[in-house]
Amino acid sequence: MMTRAAIVVCWVMAIALALFLLAPLLVIAAASFSPTPVFDLPLTGASTRWYGKIGRLDGFWPSLLLSLQIALLSTAISLVSGTLAAIAIARGKLPGAGVFATALVSPLMMPGLVLGIALLQGFRAVGFTAPWATLLVAHLVITLPYVARTMISGLARFDFTLIEAARTLGCTYPGSVLRVMVPALAPSFLIAGIFSFLASFDNYPVSIFLADVRTKTLPIRMLQYIEEAPDPTLAALSTLILAGTVILLFVSDRVVGLHRMAGTSD
Amino acid sequence: MTEAALPAPMAAPPVDRERLAAIGFVLPSFLIIAGVFALPLVLLLGVSIVDASGLTLAHYKRLLGTPYYLWVIWNSLRLGLLTTLIAFVISYPAAFALARARGPLRSLLLATLFLPLAASVIVKAFAWTILLRSDGIVNETLIALGVIEDPIRMIFTESALIVGAVNIFLPFMILPIYAIVAQLDPRYAEAAATLGASPVGTFFRVILPLTLPGIIAGVALVFSLSVSAYVVPTLLIGERYPTLATTIAKAYLLAREPGFGAAAGVVLLAIAIAVVALSARLSREPK
Repeated sequence: MMTRAAIVVCWVMAIALALFLLAPLLVIAAASFSPTPVFDLPLTGASTRWYGKIGRLDGFWPSLLLSLQIALLSTAISLVSGTLAAIAIARGKLPGAGVFATALVSPLMMPGLVLGIALLQGFRAVGFTAPWATLLVAHLVITLPYVARTMISGLARFDFTLIEAARTLGCTYPGSVLRVMVPALAPSFLIAGIFSFLASFDNYPVSIFLADVRTKTLPIRMLQYIEEAPDPTLAALSTLILAGTVILLFVSDRVVGLHRMAGTSD
Repeated sequence: MTEAALPAPMAAPPVDRERLAAIGFVLPSFLIIAGVFALPLVLLLGVSIVDASGLTLAHYKRLLGTPYYLWVIWNSLRLGLLTTLIAFVISYPAAFALARARGPLRSLLLATLFLPLAASVIVKAFAWTILLRSDGIVNETLIALGVIEDPIRMIFTESALIVGAVNIFLPFMILPIYAIVAQLDPRYAEAAATLGASPVGTFFRVILPLTLPGIIAGVALVFSLSVSAYVVPTLLIGERYPTLATTIAKAYLLAREPGFGAAAGVVLLAIAIAVVALSARLSREPK
């Protein structure tokens, strides 16, 4: 099929790519144990003191709390409305379903910063300026496309006649939805939830235009720390965020399998 | 005869009810997309063509008529083009290796793609600032290996920017390509070989066209992400490499020039829409 040389090139590229992708993550984890305040690798002795200092970063706790609230709430709202929309699209009873499906995922391809200034202008125009509420509403547009994309492709594989079958076999309608549809869609639901949570939790380009001095999300606060006075405390915080991400991915791999998330069926 | 005589509404309600339910189901999402996405973007277009004296194209004239801002636009495009090109060159062969991997090796390789994909952009960009500092790990390793004697300046250079951008956006290139390559039927290549095609001919006339949808998806995604990147240029190169994204942020957050910022936003939006339209058109090409 392919010549031997081509196969070797492919493998070399794949291994180089894996190392290149992991490099920054490994370095930041190593630097978080730096024995000195200048990001040394812990070759001569590790220190965990930077982890103890995270909580004392200026404004850290309110920002963490804000980011968690916004990410959890916007994900929850998007999961409900996005799944309902995906069901309607999949059932094929909706006029213009294809166009609407495209519209639902289109914010993914739009520059975040442009969405940010557009929302700033829009919210101002209607006098909607409370930072917390504007952040929540704005993050719905950030999370909804992830839910819509995952649930539309998840539902494309779901056979709606199974619900009819369950009802024929004596299930009530809510019972058959609960016992047939929910288990079949649970993996897609989980993936949609995890990726939209991460998208919201990490968002900077939209949030920056809606935040004010007292209402700053964690990414805004982190960029500010990095620009002002970077020290290994930030590496420690970054490492904790990465550890959280690893746990979320591990859970989704157990439940769904990474190869299915990558879009292959086998 | 009798059926034709029956009043039509008898049959109509169930259909209407299903359609009504479908509309009810999409309503919340429709309101979000229309009210918090489409409408504000239209309003932005409006803001970009007005100033204190009324309708004006002054913001666009300033953006498209001064050499400085043309350079800024070119910076954005160059960041997008270089990142996309390098990411593609690395990802395309790697996707084939990934598709051939089985068992634990495949899981391991996929994990190395998904973890960086899910990891925070700010965390990754921050990691590159540590890696590329003059007293950073790359420099110290090169000195220890005897490759260089004095630390070389890496951070705040265009190379640093491109390395960081490629690193951060790579997963968006390889995953769509991998998804197509993994489903490639090896019998196509075998058939081509049986019919006398050389390996090179098989690649260009069979494999490349078959994987084109993945390439188009990956290229469109990486280009639109990198052309509008904000965090990466801010942390890795700063003021020396102004882009449309940093110009927008500056116009809104520092200079208080919403009209000009909106015009820059509309230009960036136009680039993004052009990429989406072009990729949709290309993937709909005959066959």
